Amino acid sequence: MSLTARDLGLFAIMFAVLAMVAMFQSPQLAVTILNMSLISAIMALGVNMQWGYAGLFNVGIMGFTAVGGLAVVLIAQPPIPEAWSAGGLGIMLGLMLGVATILAAVVVYKRMAPSKMRGLAIFAVLVVGYLVTSYVFGPAKQAVQAVNPASEGYLGGAGLPVILAWPVGAVFAAGVAWLVGKVSLGLRSDYLAIATLGISEIVIAVLKHERWLARGVNNVTGIERPVARPIELQPLPWVQSLAETLGWSVSQTASVVSGLGYSALFLIVLAILIWLAERALNSPWGRMMRAIRDNEISARAMGKDVTRRHLMIFVLGSAVCGLAGAMMVSMDGQLTPGSYEPLRFTFLIWVMVIVGGSGNNWGAVLGAFVIWFLWVQVEPAGRWFMEIVTSGMADGSDLKQHLLGSAAYMRLLTMGIALLLMLRFAPRGLIPER
Amino acid sequence: MEPLNALVSLSNFMLIPALAYGSQLALGALGITLIFSILRFAHFAHGDTMALGTAAVIGGTFFLQAQGITEPFGLPTALLAIPFGLLVMIAYLLTADKLVYKYFRKVKAKPLTLVMASLGVMFVTNGITRLFMGVGETRFEDGNRFLFTVREFRDFTGLAEGMALRSAQALTIITALVVMVALFWFLNRTRSGKSMRAYSDNEDLALLSGINPERVVMITWTITAILLVLAGTLYGLDKGFRPFNYFQLLLPMFAAAILGGLGSPIGAIVGAYVVAFAEMGITYAWRRVFTYLMPEGLEPTSMMQLLPVDYKFAVTFAILVIVLLFRPTGIFKGKVL
Repeated sequence: MSLTARDLGLFAIMFAVLAMVAMFQSPQLAVTILNMSLISAIMALGVNMQWGYAGLFNVGIMGFTAVGGLAVVLIAQPPIPEAWSAGGLGIMLGLMLGVATILAAVVVYKRMAPSKMRGLAIFAVLVVGYLVTSYVFGPAKQAVQAVNPASEGYLGGAGLPVILAWPVGAVFAAGVAWLVGKVSLGLRSDYLAIATLGISEIVIAVLKHERWLARGVNNVTGIERPVARPIELQPLPWVQSLAETLGWSVSQTASVVSGLGYSALFLIVLAILIWLAERALNSPWGRMMRAIRDNEISARAMGKDVTRRHLMIFVLGSAVCGLAGAMMVSMDGQLTPGSYEPLRFTFLIWVMVIVGGSGNNWGAVLGAFVIWFLWVQVEPAGRWFMEIVTSGMADGSDLKQHLLGSAAYMRLLTMGIALLLMLRFAPRGLIPER
Repeated sequence: MEPLNALVSLSNFMLIPALAYGSQLALGALGITLIFSILRFAHFAHGDTMALGTAAVIGGTFFLQAQGITEPFGLPTALLAIPFGLLVMIAYLLTADKLVYKYFRKVKAKPLTLVMASLGVMFVTNGITRLFMGVGETRFEDGNRFLFTVREFRDFTGLAEGMALRSAQALTIITALVVMVALFWFLNRTRSGKSMRAYSDNEDLALLSGINPERVVMITWTITAILLVLAGTLYGLDKGFRPFNYFQLLLPMFAAAILGGLGSPIGAIVGAYVVAFAEMGITYAWRRVFTYLMPEGLEPTSMMQLLPVDYKFAVTFAILVIVLLFRPTGIFKGKVL
């Protein structure tokens, strides 16, 4: 919408670089980078809403994407009737009892006058609630996890079409964000950072540990995919003739076609989101958000409810992150809680937003493309660099081995330097806010 | 003797480890609180800087071991390498300040910009640490591993339950005490310490009375470096060195600092012990203790563990949430909120 010739030029350069990857490295790699860039772009859009529109510092992106990923398992996987009959009822009842305990404690807190008695009463409610909950929940959980543990051992999902999981993932993330925001917004800005850092670690701990939910560290694999898999495409006549025209092997063509199918889906989602985000940003609502960001005190004096607006934008942005998380899991076809790392899923997204230009949606998208491209390509570049550095050394020397082995960590270094250089010399990013 | 056995079991598996862990957290949280009160931003690179400091100490340790200089009086060699680690870290943090933070101070950037910058430093530090150490676990504890072992304790007291005191744990607790006393002496009694407190209290007034802000900042980074290297080395001696674990310490350290009141050193220490004991107490299996305490026939059948160990972050987080809800300034009224 508000793209200048320079911005278009930057995007054009980015796509030219991707095209060169397709030509000189491999088309599959280019498509993989493209898809992950699109997903990262959506995450960056979510963060940009929170940071660029409202100045909220969220370092729990990993948690929100993981919650979105969980939605894919819960929606798309077939339900497991034996597990449900073994302990489904107990688990549901246990969860409800847990929620009821917390609600009861809140009611006691609100109804009773502040006194020692109130403290004791809350404590008693929590202890009794905990004991009852674990009495119901514990055995049910064990029973579910004992059902065919090698391949199942969890409740399964709803068996619905996988595309449905994307909006559901957004809703899940929004729910978590609402809880976090309710507690920590309206306090110092650093507190939101710490609270989100905490909740993201907890989300991952829950995913890893609660095997009845999504098999924990045993991973859920083979989730239904929204696009045909390469192996299904290979026998199709049009794929084979396309392979002939391009002069590629059939398997390569099939995987590129499959990948491009995802790209198309992701592009549609991204386009809708950007359209909505740009509309919102240029509406009276967007102006209000920026007014709050730029001067909270005067916005408050104008009668704006700053905390409520912050909560709203925080929930919206997190929902977008959850959507991206769900898309990523459905592209991979598996949920692997062990692979969620804060550096990759939280801080890298931050680098994208800062490098791209905070406050500008197109900037966030471009930043996601540039940074993801670097993230993928710096490792081989680092190895090449290390090979040159070590070429003079004797083969098999310890130092040479060590240097070659550590090339993988060059990417962290590069990301840090990129972030610091941008902050110092172009704090408004590649495509600045206007 | 049953209550005594219960107490010994509790000390062995919970009280002593929690005390050691709390001391390590306290040293880290003190650094966070100092940076927050002087430089006024949340230092996200804290965990990774700690890892780099420890890596330097480990490098020094391996060098000394290769030279045949090991185990002074049966203590870990790492203690001899600490001065080297300190020098490296002081140089590193001062360089980082000069290259990165100084500019943002000069242009009076918003605190969150400084936090972003610390994210950048975090990435770089993280990369450097992994370049040297990889991602795996490195153990560098040597010397006498135990002050007394379970068997020695049992033979000595004649109790059924044993207790061991590892030298790393004893070292941690003693060092932390000494460092805390020294820090408070420095802050309250020396000219530099007083100027730091004045600067943290009211920047403008401090400038008017002729305090050099750059010098205060330099001292702050130096003290932070000392705290970081000590905390990291002690943690590494106690639990082994893995870069990612140090990153994950960020949450409990911040929780401790916020819980005590950001900007209040005494608060950071109290907060650290609260976090450590809560984490340990809630994830500890109490069965053994209660087996000794309950009358016969009433022994617990379950593990009596409130939460699995995987959820220790949840405990930290719950503490944090309770504090944020009921006392946002922390136990010891922290800085302006």
